[in-house]
Amino acid sequence: MSRSARTTVLAFLFLLPALLLLAVFTFYPVLYGSYLGFTRYNALSFGNHEPPRWVGLENFRTLAGDELFRTGVVNSLKYLLVVPALQLVSLAVASLVNRRLPFVTFFRAAYYVPVVTSVSLAAVMWDWVFNKDGPLNWALKTVHLMAQGTNQSWLLDPDTAFWSIMLVTFWRGFGYYMVLYLAGLQAIPAELEEAARLDGANAWQTFWRVTVPLMRPTILLCSLLSTLSALRVLEEVIVFTNGTGGPLNSTFTALLYVYRKSFGGLDFDYGLASAAGLVVAALALVLSIANFRLMREGSVRA
Amino acid sequence: MSLTRTESGARADVRPRGGLRVRRGLGLLGTYALLIGILVFAIFPFVWTFVISVTDSGSVTTGRTVYDFPASLWPRHVTLDNFGNVLRTYPGLGRAFVNSVIISGLTVLGTLVVSSLAAYPLARYDFRGRDVVFGVILATLVLPTETNFLVNMLTLARVRQWPVVGEYLGVGSYMAVVLPTLSTAFGIFLMRQAFLSVPGALLEAARIDGATEGQILRRVMLPLSVPSLAALGIFTLVGTWNAYFWPSIALTGEQDRFPLAVEMLKLKGAFNDNIFNTAAGAVLMMLPVLTLFVLAQRFFMRGLDGAVK
Repeated sequence: MSRSARTTVLAFLFLLPALLLLAVFTFYPVLYGSYLGFTRYNALSFGNHEPPRWVGLENFRTLAGDELFRTGVVNSLKYLLVVPALQLVSLAVASLVNRRLPFVTFFRAAYYVPVVTSVSLAAVMWDWVFNKDGPLNWALKTVHLMAQGTNQSWLLDPDTAFWSIMLVTFWRGFGYYMVLYLAGLQAIPAELEEAARLDGANAWQTFWRVTVPLMRPTILLCSLLSTLSALRVLEEVIVFTNGTGGPLNSTFTALLYVYRKSFGGLDFDYGLASAAGLVVAALALVLSIANFRLMREGSVRA
Repeated sequence: MSLTRTESGARADVRPRGGLRVRRGLGLLGTYALLIGILVFAIFPFVWTFVISVTDSGSVTTGRTVYDFPASLWPRHVTLDNFGNVLRTYPGLGRAFVNSVIISGLTVLGTLVVSSLAAYPLARYDFRGRDVVFGVILATLVLPTETNFLVNMLTLARVRQWPVVGEYLGVGSYMAVVLPTLSTAFGIFLMRQAFLSVPGALLEAARIDGATEGQILRRVMLPLSVPSLAALGIFTLVGTWNAYFWPSIALTGEQDRFPLAVEMLKLKGAFNDNIFNTAAGAVLMMLPVLTLFVLAQRFFMRGLDGAVK
C-alpha cells in the first residue's frame, strides 16, 4: 500500500466513530424523517414491522385542514417577536458591561446564570413567580402597574400564558447573546466611539450610529440563531404546560404539534408528525433567507 | 418589561461632555442602578427558590406563607430540614441524582473521545476526501433536524429488540440518551483547532522515535490540548446535566433512570402542596452546575458553548 493510501485508511479509522454516529443519529433521521412525511406510518405499522405506505401530499392536505396545526404555526411565528427584543436588549446590556467598572465581571457572570439553568428548573421557579400570589403580581402592585385586590394567574390565563413563557425564553437567552455581542464589541477599536463622542454625539447616538452598524455581522449571526430557536420553541411549552399547549391552546406551537402527534397524544401518527416537521423546516429556511436579505439591505442603505 | 427598563437606562447613561464631576457621578449612579435592576431580573428566581428552601415550613401554620412579600424574603427561622425531608420522603431524587451523574459522565467521556479521534486526522493528515468530510460535518449545523427525535426514538426502539445488547443500547437505557449526542461539529472543530496549534516538530520527533499514530494522539496531542478538552468537557457536562427533552423521550418506560432535569417536574407534581420540599430539591439540582459555573466562568464568558446547548 502506498503511503498516501495508508494515510487515508488511517484517517478514516480515526474518523469512524464520529462519522458513524453522525450517519445513524443525524443524517439518517433527516432523510428518513423527510420520507415519512409523504407516507402513512404510525405506531401500529411500526410495531407490526410494516413499511411506510407512500401517500404523496395527503399528510400536507390534512395539516392544511387541521386547525390545531394552524394554531401551532401561528403561535410559533408569533414567538418570533421575542427575537428583536432579545437582540436589542442583549446588545444594549453587552455595551453596558463592556466597560472597566468595579464589579462589572460579577454582573456579566450573574447575567449568564439563567443560561446554564435547565429549562425544567426554570419552569419550576418561574411557576412560583407567575403564581397569582407570587412576586410578579406583588412587584406590579408595588409600582402601581396593577390595581390592588386584583390577582393575575399569568400561566393560567389564555391572554398572558404565551407572553409569560416568552419572558422565560428571554430570561434564559439574554445572557447568552450578551456574551456573543461582548466578543464583537471588544473587536471594535475604542477610537471610533471616542471620535464620535468628541464630535459631540451622546451615548444614545454613539450606540445607534457607530456601535450598531459596526456590529452588523454579529447581529446577523445572533438574530439568525435566535430566529431559528424561537421558531422551533418546544421545551418551554412542554415544561410549563405539561405538554398540553396551555389554556385554550394559547401556547400550542408548531413543534409541539410534531411532538404530540409522535408521542404525546393517542394517535402516534408518525407520518403526519414528520410532515408537520417538514413544514417547520421550510419556514426555517424561508426565515433564514429573509434574515440575510434584511441584513444586506440594511448595510446597503447605511 | 426588561426592554423598556434597558432603553430608558441607556438614555440615563449620558457620558459627561464637559468633564463635569457631578454629571459623571450621576451617570455612574445610573449605570449601577441599571446593572442592579438587570441583576434582580436575572437572579431573583434563584434567590427566592433558595430562600424558600431554607425557610422553616412550620411557619406556614403560624400564619406566614412564602407569598407574604416582602417579609417572606427574610425567613425568621432558617433551617436545613427541608433538604432532609425531600430526600427522605422522595427517594426518586437521590436516584435521579445518580442517573444524572452516570448520563453526564458517559456523555462527557464519549464526546471527548469521539471528538479527539475525529479531530486528529482533520487537523494533521493530508488525505483523500478530507474536504468532503469537512463539508459533511459542517452540514450538520444547517440540516433540518426538527423530526430527528422521532426517527431516533424509532431507531432505538428497534435496537431495544436486539438480542443481548438491546437492553443496554436501546430505548430506556442510559446509552440511548448518550449515543445520539456524542458526535457534534462543535466538539470536533474545537478539538481540531487545538490540535492545529501543536508544533509540527513535536510530531516529527515522535514519529522518528517510532511512536504509532495512536501514541502520538495520546502522548503528544492530548496533553498539549488540556484547556480545549476542559472547555469541551465543561460545556458538555452543563448541557447534559440540564437536558430535559431528549432524556424524557429516550427513557420512555424506564422512569427509574430519569435524570434530575426530568425528575424535577415530577417532584413538583408530587409536592404540589409542599413548596418547601420542591424548592429544596431544586436547590440540590442546581448546586453542582452553579458551582461548576463559578469555578469555570471564564470558559463560558468567551461565548464558545453555542453548539452544545
